[in-house]
Parts: sequence; C-alpha cells; structure tokens
Amino acid sequence: QSTVRSGSGQTNPSRGTYIAVITNRSTTLVIRGFMLFSIGVFLALVLNLLQVQRNVTLFPPDVISSIFSSAWWVPPCCGTASAIIGLLYPCIDCRLGEPHKFKREWSSVMRCVAVFVGINHASAKVDFANNVQLSLTLAALSIGLWWTFDRSRSGFGLGVVIALLATLSTQLLVYNGVFQYTSPDFLYIRSWLPCIFFAGVITMGNIGRQLALYECKLMSEKTHQD
Amino acid sequence: MTVRERLREKISAAFYRHGLLCASYPVPIILFTSASILACCYPLLRLPLPGTGPVEFTTRVRDYTVPSHEPQGDLGERPDWYRGPPVAYIQQVLVKAAVSPWDSTLVPVDVFRSPLGRVFSLLEEIRNHVHNDGSGVRSLEALCLQVTDLLPGLRRMQTVLPEHGCLLVSPGNYWQNQRELFDSDPDLLKTVHQHEPKGLHTSATLRDLLFGVPVKHTGVSLYSRKRVVTYTITMVLGSYDARFLSSLRARLRQLHPSVNCSLREDHMVHVHFKEEIGMAELIPLVTTYIILFAYIYFSTRKIDMVKSKWGLALAAVVTVLSSLLMSVGLCTLFGLTPTLNGGEIFPYLVVVIGLENVLVLTKSVVSTPVDLEVKLRIAQGLSNESWSIMKNMATELCIILIGYFTLVPAIQEFCLFAVVGLVSDFFLQMFFFTTVLSIDIRRMELADLNRRLPAEAGMPPPKPGPLRPREAPPPPRPSPYTITLQTPAFRNLRLPKRLRVVYFLARTRLAQRFIMVGTVIWIGILAYTDPAGLRTYLAAQVSEQSPLGEGGAGGLPPHLGVASVFPGPGGDPASTLSVLPAPAEPTPLPENQSQGHHGAPREGVPHQAQAPPLVPQISWGAEDEEGWRRLSFRHWPSLFSYYNITLAKRYISILPVIPVTLHLSPREAIETRHPQDTRHPPPPSLKTNDLPADLTLYKVAALGLAAGVLLVLLLFCLYRVLCPRNYGQNGVAHGRRRRGDLPCDDYGYSPPISEISPLLLRGHSMDIECLASDGMLLASCCLAGQIRVWDAQTGDCLTVIPKHGLRRSSSSGCWEQRDGGRVFDEDEGYPLRRRTTPRPALFEDQPDLTPLIDTNFDSQPPSHLLLTPPRDGFDFGGLVERAYLEHEPPSPGLTASYPSPSPPSGPPPQRRRSLGYIQPPVPQGQGTPDWESAVWAMELRGNLIAAGRSSGKLELWDAVEGSLRCSNEDGVSGITALAFLNNRIVAARLDGSLDFFTVDINKPLGLLQYRGDNIPPSPCYSSEDVISCQLTRSVQCAHQKPITVLNTHTHTYQVSQCGGQDGAICLWDVLTGSRVSHVYGHRGDVTSLVCTTSCVISSGLDDLICIWDRSTGIKLYSIQQEVGCGASLGVISESLLVTGGQGCVSFWDLNFGDLLQTVYLGQSSDGQGVRQLVVLNNAAIVCDFGSELSLVYVPSVLEKLD
Repeated sequence: QSTVRSGSGQTNPSRGTYIAVITNRSTTLVIRGFMLFSIGVFLALVLNLLQVQRNVTLFPPDVISSIFSSAWWVPPCCGTASAIIGLLYPCIDCRLGEPHKFKREWSSVMRCVAVFVGINHASAKVDFANNVQLSLTLAALSIGLWWTFDRSRSGFGLGVVIALLATLSTQLLVYNGVFQYTSPDFLYIRSWLPCIFFAGVITMGNIGRQLALYECKLMSEKTHQD
Repeated sequence: MTVRERLREKISAAFYRHGLLCASYPVPIILFTSASILACCYPLLRLPLPGTGPVEFTTRVRDYTVPSHEPQGDLGERPDWYRGPPVAYIQQVLVKAAVSPWDSTLVPVDVFRSPLGRVFSLLEEIRNHVHNDGSGVRSLEALCLQVTDLLPGLRRMQTVLPEHGCLLVSPGNYWQNQRELFDSDPDLLKTVHQHEPKGLHTSATLRDLLFGVPVKHTGVSLYSRKRVVTYTITMVLGSYDARFLSSLRARLRQLHPSVNCSLREDHMVHVHFKEEIGMAELIPLVTTYIILFAYIYFSTRKIDMVKSKWGLALAAVVTVLSSLLMSVGLCTLFGLTPTLNGGEIFPYLVVVIGLENVLVLTKSVVSTPVDLEVKLRIAQGLSNESWSIMKNMATELCIILIGYFTLVPAIQEFCLFAVVGLVSDFFLQMFFFTTVLSIDIRRMELADLNRRLPAEAGMPPPKPGPLRPREAPPPPRPSPYTITLQTPAFRNLRLPKRLRVVYFLARTRLAQRFIMVGTVIWIGILAYTDPAGLRTYLAAQVSEQSPLGEGGAGGLPPHLGVASVFPGPGGDPASTLSVLPAPAEPTPLPENQSQGHHGAPREGVPHQAQAPPLVPQISWGAEDEEGWRRLSFRHWPSLFSYYNITLAKRYISILPVIPVTLHLSPREAIETRHPQDTRHPPPPSLKTNDLPADLTLYKVAALGLAAGVLLVLLLFCLYRVLCPRNYGQNGVAHGRRRRGDLPCDDYGYSPPISEISPLLLRGHSMDIECLASDGMLLASCCLAGQIRVWDAQTGDCLTVIPKHGLRRSSSSGCWEQRDGGRVFDEDEGYPLRRRTTPRPALFEDQPDLTPLIDTNFDSQPPSHLLLTPPRDGFDFGGLVERAYLEHEPPSPGLTASYPSPSPPSGPPPQRRRSLGYIQPPVPQGQGTPDWESAVWAMELRGNLIAAGRSSGKLELWDAVEGSLRCSNEDGVSGITALAFLNNRIVAARLDGSLDFFTVDINKPLGLLQYRGDNIPPSPCYSSEDVISCQLTRSVQCAHQKPITVLNTHTHTYQVSQCGGQDGAICLWDVLTGSRVSHVYGHRGDVTSLVCTTSCVISSGLDDLICIWDRSTGIKLYSIQQEVGCGASLGVISESLLVTGGQGCVSFWDLNFGDLLQTVYLGQSSDGQGVRQLVVLNNAAIVCDFGSELSLVYVPSVLEKLD
C-alpha cells in the first residue's frame, strides 16, 4: 500500500512540474540569471575593494571612486560569468543525471559564501612569506571549500576548467595591455588568481543550484495550487 | 571495523548518559555552564577595548631618545607600540595675535587681516632659522618631513597643501605662502571658505588642518567678540633634533615674547593610532556580517517543532558567541594576546564553528517518539547523533590542524582561536544547549497537555456507558469560536504585487526594523569612531574634576593612566630653558628684530590708557598647552593621508608648542588693509553676535519642518495609491465582497464577525445524526431514527418517516460501533485522540439518548439508568429495547398509517416487479431486520433517500411519500457512509470495504443515461417506477479501518473520496471502482470530506482541515481549528469554504486559506457545535444544532456567485 501511495504521490507532481517548467521556463531562467548576475556584480565590487585596500592606495580619496577603481567592465564581466556558472551547474547536474543532494540548504550556501569571502580576505590581508606559500594555502582552502560544500565530481571538474580558462584569459588581457595589474608584484597576483577563481566558481555554482532547487520547489507548489 | 563499532557504541552510550544527566538536572547544569562561561570570559576584562581612538603616551622632552625597535626587557609602563622612531614629530607654533588697542575706527576685517598677515614673516623666520653648533649646521629643510605628491584625488588641494618639500602648514598656505597674494586678496574669508567641503563633515577639514586649531577658536570671523586671532604653524619633522628645536623656540620667544605665558614645555606626547576603519574597509566588513546574519537566519529557521523557536535560536546564537568569547578568554589566559583584528575575523570564526551541530541535535531530539519521557527523548536524540557529531568535530579539528601547519602567523593564530572555540563550543552544546533543549521540550509537552486537557474533560468518560447521568453535562467551553491560522508552508497569494509588497513590509515591520538597526549602527559607529571628540572631552572633564589633575598644575589630563608616571612636575620649565644653548646667536635677521621691538613698546603704552574692553586680552591657559587635543583625532591621520602616509598602527610624537604672542598696532592694521575691506558693514553691536548660531538653528528648524511636511504628504500619497479602497465600510455588501480578496488573518486584521438569525427547523426530538440534501429537499435523520424531509426553500416539513427510527434508536448498533471504535483507538495507540469523535451521532452523542428516553418513555426512570453498570452496554441495549417493546403496538400502526395519508397511498405490491431483494412484502420484512439497526448514513438524490443502516442494509426511500422503495442486504457490516451519484450508490462499510451499487429504474424513459451529467434536481422517480438496487462491485479492505466519510463529485471525474478511521483519504473512480489516489493527512479519523473541482477538503479528529490538490493528491495547506470544531464542512463555491463552529459558521477563502468571516447564528444555538453542515444550491447553509436545523442564507455568498 505504501508503495502505491508513494508512487502516485511522485509521478503526479513531477508531471505537473514538467508542464509548468515548459510553460514559463524562460521567465524563471531570466530571473535566476539576473539574480546570479547581481550577486556576481556585488561580490566583484566588494572583493575588489578588499584588494584595493591592500595594493593600490592606503587612503582612497573617495569611496565611490575606489569601488569603481578597476575598469568599469570588470564587475559586469564577473556578473555575467557568475550568471553563466550559476545556470550551468544545475544544468550539468541535470544532464549528468546525478542531482546534487549534498547539503541543499540556504544556510549551507551562506556558509559557503562566507568562506569564499574569507578566502579573499585572507589573500588580501594576510601577509605571506612568499608566493608559493600563498598559492598553496589558497589552494588548500579552495579545495577545502569544495570538499565542505560541494563534493561533486562535476563541480570540481567545472571549477578547475573555468578557473584555468579565466586565468588564461586574464593573462591574455594583461599581455595585450587591456588590463593591468595594479600591484607591482606580478607574480603575486598570478599566484592567487586561479584559486580565487576556483573558489568563486564553486560558490556561484552552489548558489545557482540552490536557486534552481528553490525554483523547482516553487514550481511544483504552483502546479499544486493550480 | 569492530574497533570502530565498539567506539561508536561507547560514544553513543556516553551521550545517552549525558543526555539523561542534562535533562534530569537542568538548573544546576545551566548554572554551572554560566559560571564556567563567566570564568573563561574573565580574562577578557584585562584586554583593552578595541577601538579606533588614538592612544597616548607621554615622555619627558629632556631625556628623550628615539626608542629602539627591540623591546628592552621590562620598561615599566611603556606601551608595546612605543618602539622605533615615530612617523613624524609635530612641532606647532601657536600664534595668538590681536590688534591692540582696539580703535573704533577699525573695521571688523582688521581683527584678522593684519594678524594673519604676520604669518608670512613668521614662516620666513622659521624657514630661515639655522642652528649651528659644533656638529654642523641644521636648518628646517634638513629636519622636516619631505613629502611628495598629493594623492591623485586631491588635485583641488594642490594649490593649498605643500608638495615636494617640507610638510609645513599654516594659514599662509591659503595664499601659497606669498604675502603679495594675501595683500591683494579682497576677501580673506571667502578664500578660506572656498576650500571647505559642502555639507556635514565629521573629520578634519582643510581649515582645521591649516589653522591647527578648531574653527571656533581661530577668531577669524567678522563677529569675533574677543578680537584675538589664534592659529598655528605646524611643522612636521622627520627627525628629532633637540638643539635645533630649542634654539628655534628661544628665537621665537625672543622675537615675540609671551608675557603671561606659563605653558609647560617639558613633555612630548606620543600618539598611537589604531588601524582606521574607513569606508573602503567597512564595506567588506559589513558584507561579511550580512552574510553571517543570513547564515544564522537560515540556520535557525530550520529549528522546528519546539515550543519556542526564538528561544532556541537565541540559545544557539548564545552558544556560538559565548564559545568564541571563551576561546578568546582562554587564549588570553594562557598568554596569547590576539593581534588579529577581532571584528574582522569574528564572522569567519562563527562560520567555521557553525550552528550545524546545534541544529542536528535539535532535529534529532525532536524526531524521537513523542510519547517517551523527556529525559529519554533527550538522551536518545543525543545518542542518535553522537557519532556524526564526533566525526564532524574530528574532521574540523583535522582541517584546522592542517591550517596550523601553513606556518603563516595570521592563519596560525586564527586556527588556534578556532580550535579553542570549537572545543568550548562542543562543551557548551553538550551542557548548555542540551539543557535548554530539554527545558523547551518539557515546556512543549506541558503546553500540549494543557491544550488537550479541556478537550478530554468535555468528553464523556468512555467507561460509564452511553447513558451518562444528566447531572454531568459536558461543560460548555466558554471560549469563543476562534480560529488559529497555522501559517502554511507556502501560500500563493493572488494579490496585486503592490499589496503584496506592502503586506510584506507591514508584516515584518521591515521599515521600522531597518531604521532601528540603522540608528543603532550609526550610533555605534559614532561612539566607536568618536568623531566629535566626545571621549576626549569626557576625559578632559574628568581630569578637570579629579584632584589628581588639579594637583598636576592643571595640565596633562591623565590619559590612559600613563600620564600618572609623571606626577606633578613642578618647576621644570626653567630646566628646559637652561638646557638650551645661548639663544639668538647665529641668526641676526635685523628686520624681524626691529619689528619685534617695534611691537613691544606699542603694546605697553595703550594697555593702560585704553578702556579694558577695548584691549583684546591675549591669555595663555592650560588649554593652549595641548591645543591639538581640541582637534578631531583624525586631524593627523588625515593630514598624513593626503600624502598617502598611513598612521595606522604607528605613532607620532607631538612636541610642546612654541607660543608666540603678537600685538599689532591699529596703525599697522590700517596699513595692511585692502581697499575692499571697509565695505564690510561694521558689526552691529553685540546683538548680532548670536546671529550665526541662531540662523543655523532657524535653518535647521525650517528644513526639518519642510522635510516633515513633505514626508507626511508623501506618505499620504502613498496611502492613497496603495489603499484606494475604504476598509472601513463594513456593512456595505460591495465592500465585503472585495474583502474576499484580502487575506485577513495573517496580517493582523481580525476577520469580521456578524450575526444572522437563521430559519429554525424544529421537529426532531433527538439529536440529528444524518443530514442530506439535493438542493430542493432536505432530509434529516435523528438518533431516534426518525427521518424528516423538508423543503429546503421554505423550511416546511414535507414528510416524516418515523417508525423505523423509534425502533432502531435502540443503541445496540451504536454500542457495537462504539466498542469497535474504542478498540480501534486503543489499537492505534492514540489515547488522546479519543476525546473527540468524528461522527457525533455515532459516538459522542450517545449519552444524549437519555433525554429522549426520559421524555418519550416515561417508564424508564433515570435512576434506573444510572444504576446500570457501565460495562454491560449490551444489556442496557436490551433494556431499552424492552422499553420500546412496551410501545410496540403503536409503532406498526404508525407505519401503516403514515404511508396512507401520502397521495399515492402505499404503492400496491403487485405493481412492483421485484428484481431481487425488494420490499413489497414490506412492512414486516423490513421491520424485523430494522428492529436492531440504526441509520448510520443517509443520502438524498431526486426524491430518493438512500439510508445505510448499521445492519449493513441499504434502503431506498421515497422522500415525498415516505415509503420504502428498495432494499439491499448484500452486506452484513454496517454502512457507515453513503454516496449517491446518479444511479450509483457507493456504500462504505464498517469493515472498511466499499460497495458500489447500481440503481435500476425500470421505466421506459431510460433514466439510466444520466450518468456523467448532473442529475436534474427535480424529483425524477415517480412512484410507479420499479426501482432495484444491485451490488455491482465490492472492494474489500479499501481502508484498514472503518470508513467514516464518503463523498462524490461529478464535475470533472467520476470520483468519490472516502476517508477512513486510519486517517487516509482515498479517491475512487465510481465507474470502475478502482482507486485513483490515496493520501494520508490526518492523525486521527477523517470526519468530513468535501470537494471542489480542484481540491479536496478534509477534516479529521485532529481538528485539522486539510486542503488537497485533487489531481496530484498533495496537501496544499492545512488549517488548525479549535478543538472539536472540525467535523462539519461545506463548499459554497469554488473558493469559499464554510465550517461550523460553536454556534457559528465560518467562511474561508479556499485559495488562501484565510478566514473571511464568522457568522453567529442567533441566540438559540449558542454553545452548541455544528455537527453537520450541508450547503444547498450554493445559496443556503443548513446546519444542525442538537435537534434543530438551522437554515441560513448568507447574502455575501450570493454575491460571491455572480
């Protein structure tokens, strides 16, 4: 009897969800993308501020100008990237057919974001003896982040790939002179950039998955209501 | 493996014991924990409060040497930051100048023009001062702090602040230190003002920087009363040379002697600046804190199923916070002083320590069986989670240990704190939180018990039997009918967006909270950063009042207590002088000299000649000694920050000021006048002196008033936009209809309550058990078995079918059912559930039989009934039967006589072509089996009444004629619920089976084809038709417990629902008899079921109304009702649900689950609960109150329809 119940309980909502997703999938996708984009922009600005404190000027004459001290297109780029990543993760989960079950809660996501900011903070504020040490520490922290909050192989793979690509593209940009590191120590930035990218990808993926999950829930509830 | 398992077992056992301990002695353990927290936090008292205010340290000038970098053993009171050379030495020359004697011919500008003009000569003097002794020639150029570019953002200050050279600031900088520019400047004040920032500013302004004294004290104003101009020339020196400085001091003193000056010159003050939190740092910090709060919020939100959510959330946060404090305290105790910025790493520490364990603990404890003792529940919950807690803790410790080996000092320190924090957090979780949890769980169970108790008291004790003595009627529940809305997990409010936003704001009081938090943060920041110099001011106040400060000759406020090292250095000034080399040897500078001499004699003469108020008094007081104290403490950091030099975590040394007194003659003042100066109007005497202050006051007041008016207007407009409707119109039908759109309860609006006097249908002598209607007719059956048919529109009684009732009111069947029910209940292990019974007719109202017997059968004295032992219900049944037997004779007569008056006058038996079990042999064949059975269920369709009996017999009656048309005795188990649908009847039986009957009407018209469509409400069976009833399909074991409710709905599917005593609701296809879906929602019996096209609404013994989605079988939401109110339900339209309560009916909006309105039904029905509720044609509601029926027309419902 219980099997029948569970069976009937599950098939129906999934069908309903499917229908609802078909009907207004694009709008929810846009909303999700926008949310991820704004989160990305916000984080980019804040974290940029952290780095600004360390390297550029000790006393930025104006807060507003220091927020936007880097090129104007950097935050939108970060936002776009985070939107893409945040949408990509649930999509890949879906494709691989292994839905992400690990710690699907907002509190966990918040913890993840906090740790991510902490990693940035550490890279900006803590004085390391040399760049190797910095790289190693940050790498350990990033992988710890992945282990604590993600633990999916797809997440790790995607994170590594995107981090490498992003580092490469920044390097290319710098070589072409579009963008310049503000720090005189060139190696210094190169040493933390991939780790930060990796941690960022994991974080954004986490947020994106949670949003997708929330959406799913909302969707199914809506269908029930209808 | 075995080791692991053994370990696991041991841990689990230990946690179990610990849980028992905590739950057994909550108060001592909480006391112990608090004591240990306090003990661990005690070392924190010794730590300085973190602050951004500067810290001072005073040394003597005489034996000053630049402190070395290495700490040299114990240096007494020397603070640990006092190492290495300072960033800079500050030497200020404090100039006080006045034109004296004051002449009435002088214009206000003269007060400050010529005194300011003297700054250029002074500057020249200082710049050119050269000290030459044996070791070499020293000038200011060599000693001063060389600065480079200003920060890129400060281009506008380029003309004012020095670049690429000595950092030497004075008011002369306004004119690029050029006398010519000053002389040609027509409006000095304008020049000064044009560099001022607009608006409010809390930090040092340029004017403060250049003048070196607060604006108020400069005296550079047209309205200055004292006519003394004060300013400083500030030299920032990169290195210290005592001889140069003392020679400069002597030189200036010689040039411009200050007669009455007794400033002490023997102390230099070292000021150490903390790391400053700028906006740029604040933003990431605030972000991390926001993330932290979001984390805490999302974590504590998961705490559920406890008595006080907030209390537990608070306990969780307290646990984490105090564990952090404990870790800091313990680290301090063992000699580890935190060097990290506490505010910055705090959020990360919280995140690392986390609230997870606390939540896991709560969840685990809550999910233990409810019926266990609290102690055991806690212990079991703890031991269930013990392994995972220990595992997590070990993992975290490992991670932190790895972090420790990164060998980065900052990370190591963080890890150390984290380790101690984790351990203390574990300790607190185990002792503090577990205990709090146990208290909470206990409170919840107590509250649960309290809630249940009145319900239990109101219920007849199960043992004494059905005939409970009259003297103990169920105590009326005095509480009014209130409905507590349980906020559902989600509520899809179909409201306009703007209303939703406003509701959200209103519900969460977001604006208020935001403003409050903002104010608190702002005040905190103000107090923390202290821009107004409040702390300094307070310190000064304290020092002035304290005897110590006075003993110290009025100087040297005891800042930080360091100052007390030098108590009362009495006559030191002289010694300072004596150290100086012979003054004025190297620099002749005849020009300056002459000027100084020039000024001196002038000064002396008029001093006596003029009237005292006209002579500006230049006095040197203690406050001038350290005039920089009156400046904002950001003064120096901001000065240095312009050149990108940080003072954070560094210190500067401020040397004693050099006082310079200047007295200028009126002639000189007139000579230096600019032609435009005279255009300024003379000061209109003393009255205008207060003008500026007053003016600002008025300005502020006017602005405030304007802002207030604007705000009010804005709010008014907002209100008009957002709330265009008039909420106050209660009685207007239009308004009420609109009200239907508004969810009421959740937002603090109490739903309206009104009263309607219903149409009362009287006639039954006992409580009404069954109620059925098809819109036109209304059939009711009372406990006595009497069936009455009413006209639903007028309320007239059309037919009475009495006799079976008289017979069958013997409660034997009910007894059986009752016993069965009780057994079931006990089987289910819900002792508390028993207090309410689903079908009042079947269970609860059994005792109400007494009044009937008393009134109708006088032969049974109540005392007789009282004496019946409670256990033998059957005997008692027999007793009543016997009582009935005495009246037997009249009853057949009644049967016979009743059909006869009805028009068709007893259908002739020969006409009926019996198709099976038929009636023609009727009255007797029927009477015998009916003797014992009661009507348990009834349905009305057309003019046919289907009655299900406790004997398992299904009967079809003609509603108009009151004659039995058909009967079916296929089943033996009593029929507990019936559904009549077109030509099909679904009967639910006591044994949980479901029978599907087909009603065949042998009539040429072929009414069989009606399936699938709604039956026309008019009676469709004429008395000539032969009606047969056949069992088409039977489902055994549809439910595991007796089926209590059955309902059909024909709108979209042919589905019938039924709910059973097992709390399950099944949806069946009427045509095929197969089960469509199956849901569990209630903890007790399902007592009532209705459905609309989209949803199924059920109510159960647990007083919960559940709304289910019909197609998916998923619970949309549920409404918790008052105890004992949940039995009656009705649907008026697709979105309007009506429920019965104590003397009232309530209307609910189905889409939102909100209470729309409660209608009280007159006085007559007070205190009696609605047991049955039927909605007629969507226009009226029939509900039963005891033996009466109330017919209510609800006007708003009618509106709802159109």
